[in-house]
Amino acid sequence: MNALYVICGLGVASLVAELLHLKKWLIPFLVLGIAAAIVVGVRGWNTNVSYFHGMVVMDNIAIAFSALICVIAFFWFWMANNYFHKETHVTDQAALILFVIVGGMVLTSFNNMAMLFLGIEILSLSLYVLAGSRKESLLSNEAAFKYFLMGSFATGFLLMGIALVYGATGFFHLDKIAGYIQAHSAGLPGFFYAGVLLIVVGMAFKVSAVPFHFWAPDVYEGSPTLITALMSTVVKVAAFAAFFRLLAYCFPQVHSSVHLALLVITVVTLVVANVTAVYQINVKRMLAYSSVGHAGYILLALVAGGRGLGNAIFYYLAAYSAATLTAFCVLDLIEQQYASASVDSFNGLFKKSPFFALAGFLGKYMVFAIAINQGYLNLVILGVVTSLIGVFYYFRVIVAMYFKEPPSGTLTLSFSTKVLLAVLLVLSLGMGIFPNLVLVF
Amino acid sequence: MIGFLIFWPLVASLALFALRPQNAKELAFVASLVELVASLLAIVLIDHSGAVQLIITTPWIASLGVDFYVGIDGISLLLVLLTTTLVPLIILSSYGQPVQQPHIFYGLILFMQMALVGVFTARDGFLFYVFWEMALIPIYFISLIWGGADRARITLKFFIYTLAGSLFMLVGLIYLYLHTPGVHTFNIHALYQAGHSMSAPKQGLVFWMFFVAFAIKMPVFPFHTWQPDTYTVAPTQGTMLLSGIMLKMGIYGLIRWLIPVVPIGVASWAFTAIVLSVIGIVYASCLAIIQVDFKRLIAYSSIAHVGLISAGAMTLSKIGMQGAVIQMVSHGLIVFALFYIIDIITERTKTRTLSELGGIRQAAPLLTTVFMVVTLGSVALPFTSGFVGEFLLINSLVKYKVILGAMAGLTTILGAVYMFRTFQRTMLGESNSLTQVFADLTVREKVILYPVVALIVLIGVYPAPLLGLSELAVNNVLTIASQVTGPMK
Repeated sequence: MNALYVICGLGVASLVAELLHLKKWLIPFLVLGIAAAIVVGVRGWNTNVSYFHGMVVMDNIAIAFSALICVIAFFWFWMANNYFHKETHVTDQAALILFVIVGGMVLTSFNNMAMLFLGIEILSLSLYVLAGSRKESLLSNEAAFKYFLMGSFATGFLLMGIALVYGATGFFHLDKIAGYIQAHSAGLPGFFYAGVLLIVVGMAFKVSAVPFHFWAPDVYEGSPTLITALMSTVVKVAAFAAFFRLLAYCFPQVHSSVHLALLVITVVTLVVANVTAVYQINVKRMLAYSSVGHAGYILLALVAGGRGLGNAIFYYLAAYSAATLTAFCVLDLIEQQYASASVDSFNGLFKKSPFFALAGFLGKYMVFAIAINQGYLNLVILGVVTSLIGVFYYFRVIVAMYFKEPPSGTLTLSFSTKVLLAVLLVLSLGMGIFPNLVLVF
Repeated sequence: MIGFLIFWPLVASLALFALRPQNAKELAFVASLVELVASLLAIVLIDHSGAVQLIITTPWIASLGVDFYVGIDGISLLLVLLTTTLVPLIILSSYGQPVQQPHIFYGLILFMQMALVGVFTARDGFLFYVFWEMALIPIYFISLIWGGADRARITLKFFIYTLAGSLFMLVGLIYLYLHTPGVHTFNIHALYQAGHSMSAPKQGLVFWMFFVAFAIKMPVFPFHTWQPDTYTVAPTQGTMLLSGIMLKMGIYGLIRWLIPVVPIGVASWAFTAIVLSVIGIVYASCLAIIQVDFKRLIAYSSIAHVGLISAGAMTLSKIGMQGAVIQMVSHGLIVFALFYIIDIITERTKTRTLSELGGIRQAAPLLTTVFMVVTLGSVALPFTSGFVGEFLLINSLVKYKVILGAMAGLTTILGAVYMFRTFQRTMLGESNSLTQVFADLTVREKVILYPVVALIVLIGVYPAPLLGLSELAVNNVLTIASQVTGPMK
């Protein structure tokens, strides 16, 4: 909980910094503050304290996912250093980003439907503004508008679902709803299941699962690249943490009723996202579809359920985030250089600045293992096939990097960026070689 | 000891990547020589009881039951020796032409060596899988960056093809893992138990999941379509790595991770697998005869030879497996020498088209002699290493089913057709404008080719030490397999 206060404080502080003319020191201060928040948060490990009449629970899952969000934010601010140098509204933007993180942390730790709603709104409202933060760009405006419309639509679904579930059970608290379901498993009214389904749909919007993914490519493409990086990491982690918490703590008993819906969503997400990604020429759009595809793999684990689920999802998200941050860091550099994010911009990158892209294979392994353990062999085989399609489109970029002739001009990396890339690569590798460090539950 | 064999090339390759030394090729060669010496030490260190020795076990991912568990027995040792012998020669063979970005090129070769040694020594299913995948990445980049025309498309096909196979193996592996008794683990002994406890249809399922991965790697008909293109387009060193060492991963996998793990599944599908292999032998041999590109011809001949190896191993008999092990070593040496001879000819005449060559013998008698010996080895003439292996393999097939043995025996006849024709069309006859001025072997080329030729003859004349090295290990594999199927032939 203290970590949450620290981040909130940082948000307020960055607003005050505008008044006090402390802009120069703001970003280093924020980075240090986030590091402090991580330390403060992790100190609460195994304490399991609940706050505000049990509306927020700081159990290990909340702490782990919050810490992951903060770590991503730490690297994000490091990466975004240049971005803030150029922007005029440094303090407003920094504050908004911090509030995104606050929303994300609430989403990892809620124990009450109202808190779920609050978390999603804190997170989303800031993001709507951030998506449109490049005011003079038409695409950015479109992205913000689309995101806002679709996002509020999804929130509507979610609210309706929460209301129906409340109507059926009389509770907002997750544990009490779960208890009520267990006690009255036979006599639940039909609209209860409708409510659960609506909540699932609302969450599916947030994690951008097919067929609720239509906003993702446009929003990813239109938003400033670094904001896209934030969306595909922090927001993804927070949304899946919330989804996981809902399914594991609130609706384990009615799993079967939601099950078919989730199953269908998973299958179409895996297939549609990976196939569509093949046809993208813009790397940002490709990454958008790829992130939708990754949502499919995590959903695969969620559908399967069972032991080790928390670990698998956490590991997958951590590995995914490290790889995604690396990808966006490079993409941002390319964009600054060539003002375009088409695959062609990657031509001959290897000749100018060689680096190796690495993906988290272990994450996929754990997801597959969970699904096989629960008897979903067919789904896993589908997952294998879509992974192969995934390899195909990733490798198009790699081939362009290594194989094609570079356009003129050189790519210069600042020292800080080099260190950042190295650290991210080491993290990816480290997670691969010593997964025990991340398998915390 | 094995720790050193695995991590030394890794350290060397990372050092090359990071430090970008000017003399990367010399350093890489020295590193691979150190590795060779270390592997020779291993021969002395282990006794030849067939047991697994020099074991290292440390928990790696405790929560998943994954250990860093490596060990070496006769079969592993032969393949490790093949790897450590060929890699320095492969590095040396690249000195003829300048290489762009040498630190990355040689770094990737050493990285590949690490993965290959890992594959041949891993005794934890997960570790095996990780090394298996790690071997794919460097060879992909070697072929992509330094390959020939149209390499982007061909190497991507290669990558996706092999990855498809190995992902199915991963599914099979997880499936086995979830059948291990007690706390799940990837330990090879637990996987034996898991496999043995399965019903026959389930074993068959696991068999196919693994076999597809191995069959693509080798490749066995009809999973071979990536191979001729990739062998042709890859740089010579890449082709040597692929054909000399990497395809042995598939056969090794067959012997170590398939036959003893799901013996009933193997036994019930062996006939199908053997028939596919034999079809591959005849089919690839026929295609080899009509090739005009020298390198492509050897690529097809490689499919034929590997088909025989996999067919022999799948007879589940002792002589078949022994033949497979010997032939893996022999084929590695011969195919390396053949691709190097192609490289030498191409470097001097700038062509690989057979009809444009001829009469090289007049200018280069030494090269001709070496080529002759290697050709004899390839067609399995007595007193060459090829003979020992093919004799055992065909023998095992004849015992399994005479008709299959006879069909597989065609490999020697058809092999003689395409190899001798090739020899005739390149070395004999009238020399033309391209081959008139043809420098004979240089000192460096002699240093590479003579030891290989000597080994080919030595193994052919006196195979007993190699057979002795692998015999008891092969016995052990068959003993484990026969725990559920009853004694095997």
